Amino acid sequence: MDKLHWKIGLTLGLLILSIWLLYPTVEWYTKTPDERAKLEAVRMRPKGIMNLGLDLRGGTHLLLELDITKLEKKEKVADAVTRAIEIIRNRIDQYGVGETPISRQGERWISVDLPGISNAEEAENLIGKTALLEFRLVNDSKDAQDVVAKAEALDGPPLDKNGVPAPEIAKLLPKGSMLYKATAGQEGERTRYYVLFDSVPVTGAYLENARVETDRQFGTPSIGFTFNKEGGKLFEQFTGANVGKYLAIVLDGVVHSAPVIKTRIGGGSGVIEGSFTMEEARDLAIVLRAGSLPAPVSIIEKRVVGPGLGEDSIKKGLSAALAALLLVVVFMAIYYKAGGLIADIALLLNFVFLIAALGYFGATLTLPGIAGMILSLAMAIDANVLILERMREEMALSKPVAMIIPTGYDKAWSAILDSNVTTWIAAIFLFQFGSGPVKGFAVTLTIGLLVGMFTSVFVTRLIYEFWLTSNPKELSI
Amino acid sequence: MIRILHKTNINFIKLRHVFFGISGAVVLIGIISLSVKGINLGLDFTGGTMMQVKFDKPVEISALRAALDSARIEAGIQSFGTNTYAIKVKGTQENVNEKANQITTALKAIQGAAFAEEKLDYVGPVVGNDLAKKALFAMILSMFGIIVYVAFRFSNPVWGTAGVIGLLHDVFVALTAMSITNREIDLVIVAAFLTIAGYSINDTIVIFDRMRENMRNFPKMPLGDLINMSVNECLSRTIITTATVFITVLILVLFGGSSINNFAFCMLIGTVTGVYSTIALCTPMVYQWEHGGGRKK
Repeated sequence: MDKLHWKIGLTLGLLILSIWLLYPTVEWYTKTPDERAKLEAVRMRPKGIMNLGLDLRGGTHLLLELDITKLEKKEKVADAVTRAIEIIRNRIDQYGVGETPISRQGERWISVDLPGISNAEEAENLIGKTALLEFRLVNDSKDAQDVVAKAEALDGPPLDKNGVPAPEIAKLLPKGSMLYKATAGQEGERTRYYVLFDSVPVTGAYLENARVETDRQFGTPSIGFTFNKEGGKLFEQFTGANVGKYLAIVLDGVVHSAPVIKTRIGGGSGVIEGSFTMEEARDLAIVLRAGSLPAPVSIIEKRVVGPGLGEDSIKKGLSAALAALLLVVVFMAIYYKAGGLIADIALLLNFVFLIAALGYFGATLTLPGIAGMILSLAMAIDANVLILERMREEMALSKPVAMIIPTGYDKAWSAILDSNVTTWIAAIFLFQFGSGPVKGFAVTLTIGLLVGMFTSVFVTRLIYEFWLTSNPKELSI
Repeated sequence: MIRILHKTNINFIKLRHVFFGISGAVVLIGIISLSVKGINLGLDFTGGTMMQVKFDKPVEISALRAALDSARIEAGIQSFGTNTYAIKVKGTQENVNEKANQITTALKAIQGAAFAEEKLDYVGPVVGNDLAKKALFAMILSMFGIIVYVAFRFSNPVWGTAGVIGLLHDVFVALTAMSITNREIDLVIVAAFLTIAGYSINDTIVIFDRMRENMRNFPKMPLGDLINMSVNECLSRTIITTATVFITVLILVLFGGSSINNFAFCMLIGTVTGVYSTIALCTPMVYQWEHGGGRKK
């Protein structure tokens, strides 16, 4: 009997542990959406709870590709991606949204999941901006001025999407200089161009802080920035040596302003002016503070699920699934009587353990994940049907109850083991090599199969063994 | 005791040519459908933009079509419940928001009804390719894994191969059903295929297990009789398990809502074919191979 006590203890212990692990998940999802949003905003989201995928809760998923052709030569791709992830995380943290999983996918892709962001475009701008701030001198030689005149007179745009100048412009450019576009001015105004020197004496890498400032007179926003010590020194030297020349402030390859350097600028601070809206200025300050990306990123996948849709489809699907599950439970109890009820208890425990395990691993439940769960539950029921059918076969041979039960389990065991392991092998490969939804499926299936084996074999047998201690004469299956 | 079946004694092996004929015909239909109608691949694999919008008032699909046509957007339009439409532009090479903005602009031209964006998908061309490749790669590897494990556990590579052929057959039949009904294959459907594969091999293993056991108990019994006995012994379990899963999935098809309808439909086909393939394909195939076809034992 010691062995039986030990088994009961183990099962009850696991049950208590599961309920304890389950508690934060249940508590979290019984809160109203507003309460959850509030807590997330102040980063009070509890750890170790089961997450809902964006397809279930609404939100924006972005997949970014790092343009590795624009990396600095000496930087390794893997390092650059890691750095980009850090910077993007930094920006999002400053922006103040909740739990945002950011992860590397493949060699140079970065996946960002923004839960429940209503303004996807704002988030995109925040994440997608390279935010490379450069200070360059304007080339105001005669040749350069000719280039500018030619560029502004050209019919088509003198620069293509990637900033490569048209051939007739390229051949005129003075050596060591490049043509740059200025930010769009008032509507109807022609785009202006500058020729800047290639050397970049100071960059945004030396920034210590950036914030939004508003003009006292007109209330137009601009961005004030402060250099760190080293940057301040460099900036002071640079401006000191170039008094009287024009200094272009270039952000992501676009000239924002090009004031004349009146005097040596000490103190290490300055202002970027341009025609910003308040939001643009705020986002810009955030990205400047968080640092620039090692290379430009482009969005290669974007999925937005409105919050209403997620909830609606889930409610429908969930209630249908629950109804179906209830039907199965009732059927088992009618068809297999007490044996069916025991299987039902196992199924319930299976559910509790599974959700608790998903919460413990902080797994994310998606629609395909639910599919994996259904398969694992179906296999758990199948295991019990196998056992019960074996017991019925043994019962038909008029064996005593004390023999029917162990024989039923022993004979059913190999089929249960082999079918579970086979599916498990598939699940492991899918987990290892699949991505996105396929992985979500594999996670719930892998955990579900392990839990299912435990509840449908170990736990049900335990219940029978406990019942056998009362020395019953008849088995109700 | 409630019993669905009492002792049955159906000669499945004798019926094998009928089964092979049925499966052959279904596979043929599948090949024809796939080559004539093709597969309706979703955005996940083709790349493109999909926008699901909900209007606040009833809007005719023709008005939608006209608005998109006048903006020169070639798109598929699908109705999705009350005043909700999905607008799909497949295989674009555009940047992320280009098509979405065009669609929004075009829809704003529709008079008298405002709309809200419920869902937006943009999949760049590289991504679609990558997703498809990875899913396929994972599936192929896991099938090899299954063959090896089954070969090891049942000390016979023929059994494992028969099991995997059954699984491939089932996924193919599900694919055919999707092609015939013109339903879209996206990543969620790939998950359904995986579920079908897992379910199919599970069912096959249960029968194989009974065959293994009976071989030990009755070493002299001819293989054909042994297979028949094993399948018949397991028949009531097969029916109960299948019925429970079938009913579950049927409820999902009927009441589960539009977003999981394709998934549930695919699973419904898979449940039936998963059981069928075990009895009608995997076990007779084992018989056929071990006996070199014509020779009776």
